[in-house]
Amino acid sequence: MSAQTPGGTGRRVLRIRSLYDIPRDELFISGHGLCAGCTAGTIMRMLTKVAGKDSIIVNATGCVEVSTTRYPYSNWLVPWFHSAFENAGASASGIARALEVMKRKGMMPKDKDVKVIAVAGDGGTVDIGLQSLSGMLERRDPVMYVLYDNEAYMNTGIQRSGATPYHAWTTTTPAGKVWRGEWRTKKDIAMIVEAHRIPYVATANPAYPMDMINKFAKGLEVLDEGPSFIHVLMACTTGWRFDPALGITISRLATETGVFPLYEIDHGNFRVTFPVAKRKPVSEYLKLQGRFAHLTPQEIEEIQKLVDERVAEINKMAGKEVIGPVEYPK
Amino acid sequence: MEELKTRRPIPLSTNYAIAYAARDLDVDVVSAYPITPQTTVVEKVSEFVANGELDAAFIHVESEHSALSAAIAAALTGARAFTATASQGLALMHEMLHIASGLRAPVVMSVAMRSLSAPISIWNDQSDIFNARDAGWVIMFVHTAQEAYDTVIQAYRIAEDPSVLLPVMVAYDGYVMSHTTEPVVVEGRESVMKFAPKRQYPYRLDPDRPVTIGAIVPPEYYYEIKYQQVKAMEGALPKVDEVDREFGKAFGRSYGVMECYMCEGAEALIMANASYAATLKSLLPDAWKQGYKVGLLRLRLYRPFPLRQFVEYTSNVKSLLVVDRSISYGAPYQGPLANEIAGAKLKEDLGFNLISVVAGIGQRTMENEDFIALARLAWEGRTRKFPETVFYGVRE
Repeated sequence: MSAQTPGGTGRRVLRIRSLYDIPRDELFISGHGLCAGCTAGTIMRMLTKVAGKDSIIVNATGCVEVSTTRYPYSNWLVPWFHSAFENAGASASGIARALEVMKRKGMMPKDKDVKVIAVAGDGGTVDIGLQSLSGMLERRDPVMYVLYDNEAYMNTGIQRSGATPYHAWTTTTPAGKVWRGEWRTKKDIAMIVEAHRIPYVATANPAYPMDMINKFAKGLEVLDEGPSFIHVLMACTTGWRFDPALGITISRLATETGVFPLYEIDHGNFRVTFPVAKRKPVSEYLKLQGRFAHLTPQEIEEIQKLVDERVAEINKMAGKEVIGPVEYPK
Repeated sequence: MEELKTRRPIPLSTNYAIAYAARDLDVDVVSAYPITPQTTVVEKVSEFVANGELDAAFIHVESEHSALSAAIAAALTGARAFTATASQGLALMHEMLHIASGLRAPVVMSVAMRSLSAPISIWNDQSDIFNARDAGWVIMFVHTAQEAYDTVIQAYRIAEDPSVLLPVMVAYDGYVMSHTTEPVVVEGRESVMKFAPKRQYPYRLDPDRPVTIGAIVPPEYYYEIKYQQVKAMEGALPKVDEVDREFGKAFGRSYGVMECYMCEGAEALIMANASYAATLKSLLPDAWKQGYKVGLLRLRLYRPFPLRQFVEYTSNVKSLLVVDRSISYGAPYQGPLANEIAGAKLKEDLGFNLISVVAGIGQRTMENEDFIALARLAWEGRTRKFPETVFYGVRE
């Protein structure tokens, strides 16, 4: 780990090269009420380690919010704020801009560098919170926005969201004689965010902690220039219907199959941060999850085609084949 | 007091008067979204920020929901936050209204009262405020541009007081007041800040003293936390009075929590607020000349309701006509304020006859003779019962 203060910005630059570099401080502490095997806790723990104690978390209503702040307890050793479902963007703007003006007017120490981080689920980000997020991005308010995407409204009981993938069972897209689970494809939120031309956008996955942590660090470094957005896949044992021990395995498979490619867009420069030479077939990812248990081989093939198309797009953006073809087991 | 005499009023609309108050209060964060007839408040504030007269973060939000969300978050970070809205904007904020008071955020918001859709109407009535009355905000109605300027200043003293910590709405009639120019004495930054110095939120979001704000509260605690709001609202009542009196000492103007105008010898009262109160003040002498000895009970502080003053003013009158400019559809009295007054009458065992009048919906014009007609109705009410709400001026 190297900490330095680049000229003028005063912002701490954290580089983590190995697991040993991860700060030991625990700012998101144990005792929360997240499900056994929930990967959101892993993400929050790593996020707060990178951010450090001089940060403020703004949480949209959702799993993390209800599970970590059950009054009179809290799992947060940094200031934490929640007010509603659809306004993490606007609330984070209010805090970040308040800190700015308070520093300017001498209401708090001028050299105090406080990072404002919004944390929201997919419902709070791609659906109900999209407008507020867009406002925050467009204004270039200095906020890192972390989306933990478990691909449905898990907190209210696994209802579909705009981030639910094709053919997934949810309680509002059940598989029956007429419906075969969700029949629309997942909203590409990272690209919607990128269209705001902010300094840094990335996708991340807790199965690749070094990649994820360094993306958090980069997202915090650019705040002098504007907002950053980290889209983190969050495998959900309860809603995706898998053995709680398999969260990281399934997360890894999401990237190994090309379902969830890991990339960053750093000042407009697109780069796949975890190239996959040979992809695993998407069935490897699907078969571990009960939400896809109803699928026929033809339906699995449809999903494989969608993934192939997405991978082709990613390779096109990268300008070369960074994610290879599917290698079927012999 | 020497200085007071030398300050000359300048012509300002109520909207501009409020913007000058925000400037003189050195607000730190302004988050606002355009809506008629509020917009010129934040246009003027923008000018102040643009030309350096006010150093504030102006957050150009994409909706009123975000406007209030950002203001709440800024206030809880320790900034002095201001926003302004009306009508649909206030309706869109509704969720955040309850959150502002529940989180005890000392936000001040001005509201240029306007009717609600549908049908869409950009004109004045008070449907917006009366739909927001149970959101736990301190609500004050003002009846002149000067009172608007003064009340916004008082509002921060009230909101930021550690014994109160509640958001405050300052409401006035859209167009009739928002866009009408009146003489206003503007006191300037120095004396306003002396009267209302910033008191940063005591439990603010500060990494050196981390707090969790907005936790989920189970049934074992929720009730008590909401009851704290009840106590805070009760405690705000003497605080509003005290701040108003201190304001009077500092600037030579005070208003009280409720005003009784031409009440000496009056046998009947009309309860009205904002521009109707101002108009009635100018017309009641005519009513008296015509033999209607009717006074004006001007509602200034609405939440918390100044019941003691209300009882004092109404215990000896024979009738009380309550003018509502919003409708509580299907309620026992279909004017929401009249409904409450019926409750107060019962609670305090008051003997007056209550007359519920709905008027001015969607800014239906009330001419001078219409106000005189209300005075006549109040006068008649001394000896006659009006069991149903009177929808004054409607074509059936």
